Amino acid sequence: MIEFQNLVKVYDSGGKQVHALNNINLKISKGEIYGVVGFSGAGKSSLIRCVNYLERPTSGKVIVDGHDLSALSEKEIRRVKKNIGMVFQHFNLLNSKTVYANVAMPLVLEKKPKEEIKKRVYELLEFVGLGDKANAYPDQLSGGQKQRVGIARSLATQPSILLCDEATSALDPQTTSSILQLLRKINEEYNITILMITHEMSVIREICNKVAVMEMGEVIEEGTVFDVFSAPKTKTAQNFVSTVMHDQIPQSIIDMIENNNGANNVFRINFVDQSTGKPLLSQLAKKFDLEVNVLFGNITELQGIPFGNLIVEFQGTQAEINRALTYMETKEISFREVKSHVS
Amino acid sequence: MLVNSNQIMEALIETIQMVGISFIFSILLGLPLGILLFVTRKGQILENTAFFAVLNAIINIFRSIPFIILLVAIIPFTRLIVGTSIGTAAAIVPLVIYAGPYIARLVESSLLEIDDGVLEAANAMGATPWQTIYRFLLPEALSSLVVNFTIATIGLIGASAMAGTVGGGGIGDLAITYGYQRFDTVTMIITVVILIIMVQGLQSLGNTLSKKIRRR
Repeated sequence: MIEFQNLVKVYDSGGKQVHALNNINLKISKGEIYGVVGFSGAGKSSLIRCVNYLERPTSGKVIVDGHDLSALSEKEIRRVKKNIGMVFQHFNLLNSKTVYANVAMPLVLEKKPKEEIKKRVYELLEFVGLGDKANAYPDQLSGGQKQRVGIARSLATQPSILLCDEATSALDPQTTSSILQLLRKINEEYNITILMITHEMSVIREICNKVAVMEMGEVIEEGTVFDVFSAPKTKTAQNFVSTVMHDQIPQSIIDMIENNNGANNVFRINFVDQSTGKPLLSQLAKKFDLEVNVLFGNITELQGIPFGNLIVEFQGTQAEINRALTYMETKEISFREVKSHVS
Repeated sequence: MLVNSNQIMEALIETIQMVGISFIFSILLGLPLGILLFVTRKGQILENTAFFAVLNAIINIFRSIPFIILLVAIIPFTRLIVGTSIGTAAAIVPLVIYAGPYIARLVESSLLEIDDGVLEAANAMGATPWQTIYRFLLPEALSSLVVNFTIATIGLIGASAMAGTVGGGGIGDLAITYGYQRFDTVTMIITVVILIIMVQGLQSLGNTLSKKIRRR
């Protein structure tokens, strides 16, 4: 659906060259909700703007729906853009026009007949829950309502791709959640591929299937939301994941481990899917001569799959503990020892 | 008082004619130039730095010439256009040359006030440059354009007072020939009051219209 091949974007900022995108290779398949997360300045904004050529890449290819954009004429690019809806952080509505006129705009540009436009606009306003606001002006609406207008407008031409540029970043948490539900509904009902960029990991967790983490113009980690959230590899990804997963061990517990003077038999056990439902800890206590002390724990759900981790301390002889660890390995339980200075 | 009410009435009509007609032609000249100034800027939809630099310089040149000098300097051009260098029609040509570039600048500044996001949305929708101007830029700038056009009209009333130099007539001319040169204080006061009323009226009209468009 969308493919980036060796994508490079260099800005000339006062004689200094800024590499906003550094050799990006990504593939976004049809029907996915694909999230790109990164701190500001990571390049995610440039990336999303390359999809509909709001920004032209310095080199490399953007392939949308099989079309290599660099090979197209201006006119053909305008046609491709009509197949790509875009939702903006600050809505970018025309303040001089009513909600109706705003949503109708993409159809007016296509010179569609008035009757057809009317039918489609009311259908869209109904869909986003603003059926009664057709004659209101944007400055009479709340932020969430403005974004709904923006979403209705982006869907007017029945695009197959929707780009969301920090679409919820200007909204409060409750409104964010309702807008995300609307985006999911769009994805499910119309099978529209959604590419969204955000700096909020909670947004990714709530609706995305796949995620890419960007830093300094590069994609440093990519995969399904479940994989990246359950086992983030890079430091930046770990930081992002920890903002929503709350899997950091509290300082007081770290202090306690330290005070144990190296008698470190503290482990982080990951529970994924099936294993979450099994009574592992009580099995260990029964099978082996040891006490299990739970220090900290967190169980959550990712993409409908239960996921969590427990920080436990084993008390017993070293030999018995080693036997328990071997047992866990044979049961393919994922765990690692927690050192006092790292969590 | 050296003038009668008929003369004042006649002068008033001359002023309204001069200002009205030159306003229309100034808009016809200034609006497209102002739009061109905006869209050829760096990063805009029809970016063309060379064109922008030349147009920018030309507008600055015309904006630098005091109206009284422009009025006499372009007499040959005026004669070419309206076939005469004296009278109300002859005053309109320099007024348009004077106000056109001024309006171009005002239009440019109105367009610069528009949020970049609106242009980004137009671009994302695949709007052509003409659609961007007509469907996005002008409606969004309209309220501000009305305020700026009011300013331009008031500027034209001021400039039209000098039209007497080429026999253009009007309220300003009456004030100079009778009120100033012949020390007729009453005529001076009457003409100034008429001008004040005209300017006040236009300004309120402009403000009301702009507010109506902005609906706030």
